[in-house]
Amino acid sequence: MIGNLDHSILQQLWWLITSVVGSLFLFLTFVQGGQTLIFTTASTEEEKSLIINTMGRKWELTFTTLVLFGGALFAAFPLFYATSFGGAYWVWMLILFTFIVQAVSYEFRKKPDNVLGARTYEIFMCINGSVGLILIGAAVGTFFTGSRFSLNLYNSVTWATPYHGLEAALNPFNLALGLFLMFLARILGAMYIVNHVDHENLVKRARKATWINLLWALPFLLTVLIGFVTMDGFAVDPATGVVSMEKGKYLTNLLEMPVVLLLLLGGLGSVIYGVAATGFLGKNSGIWFGGIGTVLVGLAIFSLAGYNNTAFYPSITDLQSSLTIYNASSSKYTLTVMSYVALAVPFVLAYVAYVWKLMNAKKLDIAELTGEDANEMY
Amino acid sequence: MAGARHFAATTHKEDIVEDQLLTTVDWARAQFALTAMYHWIFVPLTLGLSFLIAFFESIYVKTGNEEWKKLTKFWMTLFGINFAIGVATGIILEFQFGTNWSNYSWMVGDIFGAPLAIEGIFAFFIEATFFAVMFFGWHRVSKGFHLFSTWMVAIGSNLSAVWILVANGWMQFPIGMNFNPDTARFEMQNFWEVALSPVAVHKFTHTTSSAFLLAALFVVGISALFLLQERHQKMAKRSMVVAAVFGFIASIFVAFTGDEAAFSVAQRQPMKLAAMEGLYVGQEKAPIIAMGIINSSKKPGDDLPAFYQEVKIPGLLSLLANRDPNSFVPGINDLVFGNAERNIIGAEQRMVTGKIALAELARYKYAKDTGDDGESAAALAIFDQHKGDLGYGYLNNPAEAAPPVATTFYSFHIMVVLGTLFPVIFLLVLYFAYKGTLEYQRWLNLACFFSIFLGYVAQQAGWVVAEVGRQPWAIQGLLPVGMASTNIAASNVQTTFFMFLTLFTALLIAEIRIIMKQIKIGPEA
Ligand code: HEM
Repeated sequence: MIGNLDHSILQQLWWLITSVVGSLFLFLTFVQGGQTLIFTTASTEEEKSLIINTMGRKWELTFTTLVLFGGALFAAFPLFYATSFGGAYWVWMLILFTFIVQAVSYEFRKKPDNVLGARTYEIFMCINGSVGLILIGAAVGTFFTGSRFSLNLYNSVTWATPYHGLEAALNPFNLALGLFLMFLARILGAMYIVNHVDHENLVKRARKATWINLLWALPFLLTVLIGFVTMDGFAVDPATGVVSMEKGKYLTNLLEMPVVLLLLLGGLGSVIYGVAATGFLGKNSGIWFGGIGTVLVGLAIFSLAGYNNTAFYPSITDLQSSLTIYNASSSKYTLTVMSYVALAVPFVLAYVAYVWKLMNAKKLDIAELTGEDANEMY
Repeated sequence: MAGARHFAATTHKEDIVEDQLLTTVDWARAQFALTAMYHWIFVPLTLGLSFLIAFFESIYVKTGNEEWKKLTKFWMTLFGINFAIGVATGIILEFQFGTNWSNYSWMVGDIFGAPLAIEGIFAFFIEATFFAVMFFGWHRVSKGFHLFSTWMVAIGSNLSAVWILVANGWMQFPIGMNFNPDTARFEMQNFWEVALSPVAVHKFTHTTSSAFLLAALFVVGISALFLLQERHQKMAKRSMVVAAVFGFIASIFVAFTGDEAAFSVAQRQPMKLAAMEGLYVGQEKAPIIAMGIINSSKKPGDDLPAFYQEVKIPGLLSLLANRDPNSFVPGINDLVFGNAERNIIGAEQRMVTGKIALAELARYKYAKDTGDDGESAAALAIFDQHKGDLGYGYLNNPAEAAPPVATTFYSFHIMVVLGTLFPVIFLLVLYFAYKGTLEYQRWLNLACFFSIFLGYVAQQAGWVVAEVGRQPWAIQGLLPVGMASTNIAASNVQTTFFMFLTLFTALLIAEIRIIMKQIKIGPEA
């Protein structure tokens, strides 16, 4: 059945699937956002504990989604995996470091004899939520601004700068995207706190944090949006595969793919509504609007980069080394196998949602942190 | 590995000094060994302890006895601490393929990426989802659903082992694929051959059973410590009995699957087997070396003795390798230089074939690039005849085809000796538990406690056998590690090596201290 599909359809499908996973990851970065809120929104140890324990029940989901995103890219677009990870070495290494330190922080922070002290683990969490997300944003930004690499006839990558990707973080567009993601994560984190924590003061401050962080996010969002409509892009000639610079390529993409434009605007609208609902209307359900909105924005960004004859991982050093979803993908056979595997994704989503519902049926409060299971709390 | 990069001779790739290249590979290898070994400190405990906790909780749910709940929670706390650092060290392994081994990632990503993605979809989400229920769901879900979640964590963690071992098994025994000269990579032809590879099967069974064994040693050992300290005796004895039964069954399974693994290695990676036993000259009725001291100056093809001292058991290696005590087992020399009498093609001859394959591949790529169809077709035809030994074309000297013998030999022997000791320990525990005198067996309890460390030694030794023993190959016969790494200056990889070393060591120290403190606090808290 799936085997009868064209290779190019499968490549497009897999760009969509990886985009969905990546976008879900962006939603789940509410955990990272929450981790940075412990320094700005919590005013007492108790409140800090509440935030950490709320996020602590979901951090692995975020982490796993990131790992799956990496795995899906490896399986479906191995040339991207090889080129970007091997080339933009330092960006990815630093991102990984922030996730390594995150992974132990929840478990170790409160435990006696933890060597580094609770404060260090809190700083680790904060680094993950700030530096980690900014760098992820910068890495995604290079989908539009390009990177300095070339591939030889054997598709082996050579990076043209000794900074191996760190230079990406200095590009204003990339940096703006990174900062936007960081503030977006903080908005989502605050919304999640409102949704799941039972603590008057903290919730009050979290409501406020949603719109304050939206204000912070706005200039960066505008930079990104202006970038999209004005910048030149990397167009691919579908007949020859030749890559060339095209004026206003991403604006063209938006206009030629109205669905993507809708996703982008609808997504942003949904996030903004979520903020309004949480910050001003006293609602607790903002996280769902924020979450869905984030997923839509993510899908729009990935679609802009990969579809409509666009090179999603362009090289500015050697245009013809640029990666497209067609030249970077796995063989037809592998994509077919993986597509069968992907049929399991809805089941995974279903049990994740079911357990989420069970676990979130009751809000988290101080009584739970200090009660019978206090020993298990983060 | 001079000349290895001639693979890319006709390209516009930036020239990187050969020396530097070698060190990049060396650092990348060191980094992989470091991160894999650290990761493997935590993972086997996760794999086995998750099941033991599921047993404990099942007993609690069945009996309703709160003491079993307390016991379950105690082991769960230790599990959680260990799990977190397992996750932390694991993420880097996945991405390291891209960062440090990008040529590898491209050349085999079409096959190797799939198991990693499948692992994410089928296993990691189970773990991540149910882990939260296991720890924070005691009062949020029903007792039954909690127990179900605990079982799901156990099953999920062991499922994640399946896919990464499928990937590893494929590297040791590449099947179900073909080399595509146009994309310059290996492409998958048959998923089932990859997923159900016999090597993947024995990797999985041996790895999981040895992980169960380790976790059993952990629980028995810490419980023994409680008995020595005369604390929490009832809980300790309960834990010990369940774990010793589990551990004893696991040890039998480990020996059985280990034997199967050795048989499989003999068939598919005869060089590894020869190194495991320090066998240089192939022979019939080949012996196992029960004990031996390797002669470290010995090189393939020279006349030096392989051992300074050794105690042999005749015929046993032949039996292990071919299920026939009289059969012939090839030695390192046969595999390096060939043995016409036995119809063994050595690395020396394979290198000649491999170099032809590489040269024709380069000619093919060049002709394609310049649009010379006749030339490219001719080159491809010759390439196809020689591609089976592609990897050997990168070697400079046939002796490079042999792995470090001493490391492989000693690791194998340490693992096997320990593998025979552990079931004895479990049996003794069960015997004295049956007699009701476990708490008075000071020497046994001490031995149990120290066996925890021996369990870790056996675990690490196992992976050293599997991975050092397959050198120089990243993919057996097709891609030597020297060709697999990223084109990046060595200083980068060196820096990240030390970053990982520092970070992981700090975290390991923190983890050990936290666990020790929790043991000190005990289940009462
Ligand atoms: C009782 C006798 C044992 C035998 C005959 C045996 C045999 C083997 C063999 C032949 C390999 C290499 C497989 C390969 O390269 O494909 C191996 C690997 C390994 N062994 Fe053992 N082993 C034994 C006991 C143990 C014990 C007690 C442990 C740990 C508690 C252990 C843990 C491992 C691990 C972790 C590996 C690496 C994974 C793998 O390759 O399967 N083994 N063993």
